[in-house]
Amino acid sequence: MTQTHAEQTQAQVSAEMTALTEAYDASATVETQTRLDYPPYRSSLLRHPTKDLHHADPEGIELWSPVFGERDIDPLEADLTLQHDGEPIGERMKVTGRVLDGDGRPVRHQLVEIWQANAGGRYVHKRDQHPAAIDPHFTGVGRCLTDADGTYSFTTIKPGPYPWRNHRNAWRPAHIHFSLFGSEFTQRMVTQMYFPGDPLFALDPIFQAIVDRSARERLVAAYDHDVTEHEWATGYRWDIVLTGTHRTPLEEDES
Amino acid sequence: MTLVPTPGQTVGPFFAFALVHDGGAELVPHGHPGAIRFTGRVLDGAGDPVPDALVEIWQAAPDGSVVRAPGSLHRDGFTFTGWGRAPTDRSGRYTFTTLTPGATTPGAAPYVAVTVFARGLLDRLLTRAYVPGDDAALGADPLLASVEEARRATLVATADEHGFVFDIRLQGDGETVFLDHRRD
Repeated sequence: MTQTHAEQTQAQVSAEMTALTEAYDASATVETQTRLDYPPYRSSLLRHPTKDLHHADPEGIELWSPVFGERDIDPLEADLTLQHDGEPIGERMKVTGRVLDGDGRPVRHQLVEIWQANAGGRYVHKRDQHPAAIDPHFTGVGRCLTDADGTYSFTTIKPGPYPWRNHRNAWRPAHIHFSLFGSEFTQRMVTQMYFPGDPLFALDPIFQAIVDRSARERLVAAYDHDVTEHEWATGYRWDIVLTGTHRTPLEEDES
Repeated sequence: MTLVPTPGQTVGPFFAFALVHDGGAELVPHGHPGAIRFTGRVLDGAGDPVPDALVEIWQAAPDGSVVRAPGSLHRDGFTFTGWGRAPTDRSGRYTFTTLTPGATTPGAAPYVAVTVFARGLLDRLLTRAYVPGDDAALGADPLLASVEEARRATLVATADEHGFVFDIRLQGDGETVFLDHRRD
């Protein structure tokens, strides 16, 4: 009888990941992005295109991005610890960094959205069945606009790792989901920020779907004592680089 | 200075509580003059619906202008922002209420720019849903011309009585043409 994904062991999945990494290391190519076709992540098997992406120069509407402003965001949404009447459980932390385009220019006054599990690794989502406590004082959703320097900043709780059903005893490294817009539609991105030194990195097929070690490291925040606040919160710094722009910057982008 | 872009990652299974907001899929209210339905299904390589995908659209106004107005997250019911976001339902269907986009330059074939996210999809995909009907403009479109003929139809929406239908096939027969806009 065929083994279901849920019955496969970490050792089996790890062996697949090791083989893919070794094949990449033996090739002379350099990949900077996440593979869409990465079989160790079982849910991707039927959900990745099999044909090459079609190269196209962006035109018209693709050279612009939606505009978000003060009417879209309450400044309090940047503090995930203030959304309820009490203090959430866990390690209070700040995470800040800059959103840059591929030419190093700050992405100004643009929307950043984050979502995450709580300190126990539980999401406030009706389909999350992980038997860890829901924290009544933590939802795990934040939004802000970058400032004129491209800087975003959130106050939150450090998320816990959590189990998932890719294979038996599969665990995701702790992470915060980030959703980003640039100044052009083509720069739209959703990604995940991880924490330094997580022992689950090598075991996780979503993180390892970036087969290049230095590319993977671009998703790992750095502990930054200058962000840490005295007797209040630890601090992490993580910069995000979007793809390059195609449109000549206009005055409105520089204001 | 050229920087290497940060890699994307899957949106995962638990995005709805963060990314889906009231009114996100209604770029105009139902009953607004000129309102159309823009809908379709997201399908996987077996032809099965993807019930945990997120689709975003970004489009010009009917007169072809690029909207520079905020308010997509808290709509005021009057301002057309050109941007919307809709999750798929159990049948893999997403649905927007919007306006028909116009041509951003005279004679160009109008289209809706589409972004697809899903659990199991390791990075977002970008594509275009061209407005059907103007065969001259579609026939002259440089992007459509650069796509092999057998796959062109995956980029063109079809008309129904309420607006347009645009199915997105992530893999397999009729796989949608997805775009790579990176500079070389």
